[in-house]
Amino acid sequence: MQQASIITDEMKEQLGVEGTPTILEVEKGHIRMMAEALDDPNPLWQDEEYAKKTRYGGIVAPPALLCNARAGTGRGVQMKSPFLRALAGGDELQYYLPVRPGDVITSVSKIAEYNEREGRMGKMLFTIIDTTYKNQRGEVVATSRSTSISY
Amino acid sequence: MKKQLYYEDVEVGSEVIPLAKIATTEMLVKWAGATGDFNPLHYEDAFAASQGVGSPIVHGALKRAWLGHLMTDWTGEQGILKRLSCQYRGMDYPRKMKDMVTPEEGETWWCKGTVTKKYVEDGQHIVECDIWVENGKGEKTTPGTATVILPSREAKS
Repeated sequence: MQQASIITDEMKEQLGVEGTPTILEVEKGHIRMMAEALDDPNPLWQDEEYAKKTRYGGIVAPPALLCNARAGTGRGVQMKSPFLRALAGGDELQYYLPVRPGDVITSVSKIAEYNEREGRMGKMLFTIIDTTYKNQRGEVVATSRSTSISY
Repeated sequence: MKKQLYYEDVEVGSEVIPLAKIATTEMLVKWAGATGDFNPLHYEDAFAASQGVGSPIVHGALKRAWLGHLMTDWTGEQGILKRLSCQYRGMDYPRKMKDMVTPEEGETWWCKGTVTKKYVEDGQHIVECDIWVENGKGEKTTPGTATVILPSREAKS
């Protein structure tokens, strides 16, 4: 017998609906916290004197600064699932422009698609969330595609 | 300052210079603070158990950040990371802290990669890699791919 899909009409209505924008004011202290948290001593993230002499002309943020809760990834999207458990399945990031201290990054997320699969622990729902990150000039600095697995 | 990597330095099959990492419970707390990811899956035993993962696990995003570190270290300041993707396939469990500063003995993770493709497109010298995080048993818990643009010695002269 064909099992009913776990993807409901109510969930389908959320496809492509943009969540609340998140505004992230990028500060040197935040960049330093990020670099310390991932134990990355690259002077390009922290040493203004060093960074000035590079082609960036100043400190830039490590790629990890984007695609997380603080950067607004997944914010405001109506994630519905029949399951209680969820794990991060993966992320894909495209980088277009460097992010610098003083930048004001606005991110907007939306649900791009749902997939259901049979796993070891029964049915699993894959929710794909796309996020666009723009700077204060309206330039897209990065995009991300994140997969959330609920089971 | 690290030595700059050039397009001409790499061939298909070249190894990305491996990067060793350890995850401790302390680092997971720092990571939570830096990213705003306060999911108790990464610090609360009972919650992690209820989620079916046993005990708190390393954030997938931290492993992704390690892979970013792997690539930015390897490509040097003149390299540009264009794309990075990874999948969180296997759970990784942090070392606990023995005292305020010393982690317990245990697992060391390795971030590694190999070059899968190199080509010039629109004047850009592009290199694609398979990348992954490997646990202490040599299992690839976090496989992914990355695309970088490298400077070229030829384009320079």
